[in-house]
Amino acid sequence: MRFGGLKAIDQLSFSIAPGDLIGLIGPNGAGKTTVFNVVTGIYQPTFGEVVFDNHSLNDLEPYQVSRLGLTRTFQNIRLFQDLSVLENILTAAAQHVSYGLADAVLHTRRFETQEKANLDLAMSLLSIFHLEDKKDAPATALPYGEQRKLEIVRALATKPKMICLDEPAAGMNHSETEELMKTIAQIRERFKLTVLLIEHDMKLVMGICERIIVLDHGIKIEEGPPEKIQNSKKVIEAYLGVDGSEHQIRLGS
Amino acid sequence: MSKEVVSKKPFMFFVALLIVGWLADLVLNPFLQFMILLLMINMILGMSLNLVNGFAGQFSLGHAGFMAIGGYVSASLAEIWWSRIGAVGGLLQIPFFIGLALIAGGAAALAGWVVGLPSLRLKGDYLAIVTLGFAEIIRVILLNTEAVGGARGFYDIKGPGDLRLGPLVVSQFLQFFAMTLFWVILCFVTIWRLVRSAHGRGFLSVRDDEIAAQAMGINTTQAKVRAFALSSFFAGVAGSIFAHNVGYLSPSSFGFNRSVDAVIIVVLGGMGSLSGSLLAATLVTLIPELLRPVQDLTGVDVRMIIYSFLLILMMILRPAGLCGSHELPEIWKKFALTRRAWAAKNMAGRQGRPSVPRV
Repeated sequence: MRFGGLKAIDQLSFSIAPGDLIGLIGPNGAGKTTVFNVVTGIYQPTFGEVVFDNHSLNDLEPYQVSRLGLTRTFQNIRLFQDLSVLENILTAAAQHVSYGLADAVLHTRRFETQEKANLDLAMSLLSIFHLEDKKDAPATALPYGEQRKLEIVRALATKPKMICLDEPAAGMNHSETEELMKTIAQIRERFKLTVLLIEHDMKLVMGICERIIVLDHGIKIEEGPPEKIQNSKKVIEAYLGVDGSEHQIRLGS
Repeated sequence: MSKEVVSKKPFMFFVALLIVGWLADLVLNPFLQFMILLLMINMILGMSLNLVNGFAGQFSLGHAGFMAIGGYVSASLAEIWWSRIGAVGGLLQIPFFIGLALIAGGAAALAGWVVGLPSLRLKGDYLAIVTLGFAEIIRVILLNTEAVGGARGFYDIKGPGDLRLGPLVVSQFLQFFAMTLFWVILCFVTIWRLVRSAHGRGFLSVRDDEIAAQAMGINTTQAKVRAFALSSFFAGVAGSIFAHNVGYLSPSSFGFNRSVDAVIIVVLGGMGSLSGSLLAATLVTLIPELLRPVQDLTGVDVRMIIYSFLLILMMILRPAGLCGSHELPEIWKKFALTRRAWAAKNMAGRQGRPSVPRV
């Protein structure tokens, strides 16, 4: 992926099997979110290819990617602010309906059954996440942690096969992160999901991911199970820099 | 529940208001009758523009253009029908003019679709400028088309005559009233139900966050173009009603001011509030007329000064519009709740007890 003269992602190749839980980490500006944006169709890759479920995603719009079963959450929460909690989820479930505008206006049987199905889906998701009491609250009235949770619930309402979570623990305290870890493991079990996760919280990443991909300056520098990443010299260098003393000398001269 | 009445029982509502129209036919003078029709036309304009500006969040300033298309198409078709096939009268005229409005709306919707497809990629001010430009183009084209009267305007537009059913005479006004009421209710029910469906939620999500909407599987381009075309449809219908009712169209009646009037209705009533649009359409239509006595008193036309002053005051006091994005029944319920809470608190205070919520 290239933005003008800047190569944001280069030499990155990875594959994820159904049911995997993969972590994508790297220092700030490594290109992690750009990877998500390319994968979910927000950016069209300038070179290379993204394949999901035997479909090339290169020329697809984000909504088409979502309808193939690949969904995401956002690093900076992007809920529909003027809508209620329930409406947020129903909006994500809107892609499952096949009725037309006329059905919606005339309230045909097709409309009633499909709307009912979506409502049931939304309510069952809300009860799994213990948000059913707040279904009529405006999305922005939720506390921060629950807004993050709602983002995940909303993504699940698209009935995805794979979900990309962009820093789901950002801004959460210790106990909230613990709970989130449990939630992620739980939804993966329950919905047979493949999960790709960007996270800075190393405890969370090391705790739940089976495989971790490390990105630095758009280049994959390491890939493997958590133990391998923790002991990798290249990863430590990427995060902490190469031998601090040398830098100091160079700066001084 | 009360708020569902119009949505669930539109026919009953239609009949009830038809009785009001019949009374108006008996009691009111022609000028007031005309004001009622104008009010209903403004309601259609306001509600339909609210679909684009309020619900789908795309700021359009070209509503007069679509109204002009509807009006001129409808007037021309009636003219052609009259000269080639013959006058339409009797019981057939109501379905005939409803059909004409349908075709006029279709033509406006087509224009909306053609304009919307490329221009809805733009956002905010840029979209406003493009739609404004579109409306001006339509106006200038009409101004220079001799076949529809050019700058002189389109005269003697055909309309329904009095309907005689034996001894019973249904006046022209009552027929117009029924037809316009039909369209007002159809417009209201369509938009009301649409925004409470999967398709309508697509519109709302585009307004709130386009990127998130895309990621959740909403075809945002389609949603915007659909909202735009449907909005244009009703603007075209309003144009058709206006044309046959007034009997005269001129390009200058579809200038920038009319687009702005429609925007004022939407903003004043509240973006995303249908009942707000109805309320605001009433105010915008009636306030200048109610201020007429003031003009007689002062001898100069101060109506517009007062009118604009009221609008500015309004925007300072309630920047989100009269209803915000809520519907009137919700607001009423909230008001009733706070009033009850306030009364309970007062009572508790009078009895010298601390004001605790009572179970």
